[in-house]
Amino acid sequence: MGMQSQDIIRRSATNGLTPLPQARSHEQEVAKLIDVSLCTGCKGCQVACSEWNDLRDEVGHNVGVYDNPANLSAETWTVIRFDEREDEAGKLEWLLRKEGCMHCAEPGCLKACPSPGAILQFANGIVDFQSEQCIGCGYCIAGCPFDIPRINPKDNRAYKCTLCADRVAVGQEPACVKTCPTGAISFGSKAEMKDLAATRVEELKGRGHDGAGLYDPAGVGGTHVMYVLTHADQPSLYHRLPDSPHISPVVRGWKEWLKPVGALGFIATLAGAFVHYMGVGANTTDETPPDEPEKELEDAGQGPNDNGRDA
Amino acid sequence: MGNSNLVLRTKLIDRMFHWSMVSCFMLVALSGLSWFFPSLNWLGYVLGPPQLARVLHPFLGIAVFALLMCMFVRFVHHNLFVRTDLTWFRHIADVLLNKHGQKLQIGKYNAGQKILFWGIMSLISLLFVSGLMIWRAYFAGFFPIPVVRLALLAHSVAGLALILLVIGHIYMGIWVRGSIGGMVSGYVSRAWARQHHDRWYEEEIAPTKPLPSKRHG
Repeated sequence: MGMQSQDIIRRSATNGLTPLPQARSHEQEVAKLIDVSLCTGCKGCQVACSEWNDLRDEVGHNVGVYDNPANLSAETWTVIRFDEREDEAGKLEWLLRKEGCMHCAEPGCLKACPSPGAILQFANGIVDFQSEQCIGCGYCIAGCPFDIPRINPKDNRAYKCTLCADRVAVGQEPACVKTCPTGAISFGSKAEMKDLAATRVEELKGRGHDGAGLYDPAGVGGTHVMYVLTHADQPSLYHRLPDSPHISPVVRGWKEWLKPVGALGFIATLAGAFVHYMGVGANTTDETPPDEPEKELEDAGQGPNDNGRDA
Repeated sequence: MGNSNLVLRTKLIDRMFHWSMVSCFMLVALSGLSWFFPSLNWLGYVLGPPQLARVLHPFLGIAVFALLMCMFVRFVHHNLFVRTDLTWFRHIADVLLNKHGQKLQIGKYNAGQKILFWGIMSLISLLFVSGLMIWRAYFAGFFPIPVVRLALLAHSVAGLALILLVIGHIYMGIWVRGSIGGMVSGYVSRAWARQHHDRWYEEEIAPTKPLPSKRHG
């Protein structure tokens, strides 16, 4: 849904020469901070997300792990990941992470999207899909460094966490934040959340979690969903959370390099053809009877047909 | 045709393959460009609203591929490179500058047309394979995301290259008078055939007339 009350700073497939709506310039960057060390895996956030967003995914099957549903889908925008790990001392750790859209400052989905206005980035940091503009090509899936967007087979549109843009627009925190019973999820301005994270990281370090730290990856310009990780030095322990996420160079090459080269190719080809035509003129055929130089044809196909030539 | 000045250059079935492929190709190419150059978004409306264009583009792409494969079977034996193509390459400047006169031993298709033929056939194959890989509704889910990214890039590169080749092909048709009519009616004049495809004319057309003398086998 269009968030009319918020500034748009990026719009998919839209030429930068035409400015986006930006009269209201007081927006503060927001962020959701997920402290994995406080998460108990209750899945209350999943339920709150489904409830607020009116999502009712099909009931799946227990596949022997706690992740339930087993994966994100067009109707499951967040899911708790449960990863078991034995550390060097043989001590078992259960690493929980609430997975969902990270709301990157440099969103790969938006870069890849070919449909004007199907993905918007607001000045407060929220990256939101505009379902009615979505054409269902799935390029956002290829563009995302976190493997988040999902196409709904029912309507061929891409979906993901909106960071409850509709709630945030009216001054509320996202549904998952409101519902989390352990306080593992916080919401506020990005600056506040970074301060909160710093405090929490200090506490964790004081308790022996030397690797504790904030996950706010610079490769995508920082994110508006951040994690406090107990193993911030190894994010990939948390269900393959990318260690250094960035928009793939292939996607960048496709969108940033090939596009201007292709445009130049078109201009050069069309201009070249036009100049050639102006310089050389049409390549016409002289339909009058051939004279001496053609003699080497030994009259092949000529003699008997001379009378038909003008017809 | 009943006109002995005209010779049949392209049979009806081949013309039908060509022009039906052209119709589908135009729609696929314009919609594809609408996504590659979002500023040209309006081009996609040749296939209706953007969502519908996204649905139709791959199916029409398959039609283009299938028709081109039919054309491949029909045309490939005329497009194998032969020694005399070197003559054409040596005289490329004369060819482009409209300097006629020399006999360049050009068969049914000249060397440039053969390059176009193989370019189109290889690019459409690449577009077909990469297009299936990025077809989100049916196949993209079977490929890892990094592979899909490469397929997207390959699809864009091949699509651009093919469209530029086709622009060149269209220009040649406009430049060389008589060739578009030849592809529509199938017939070209004897003089046209001698001027642009001398060896083809001598070997395939002239011998049908009761004339002895030299043959090129």
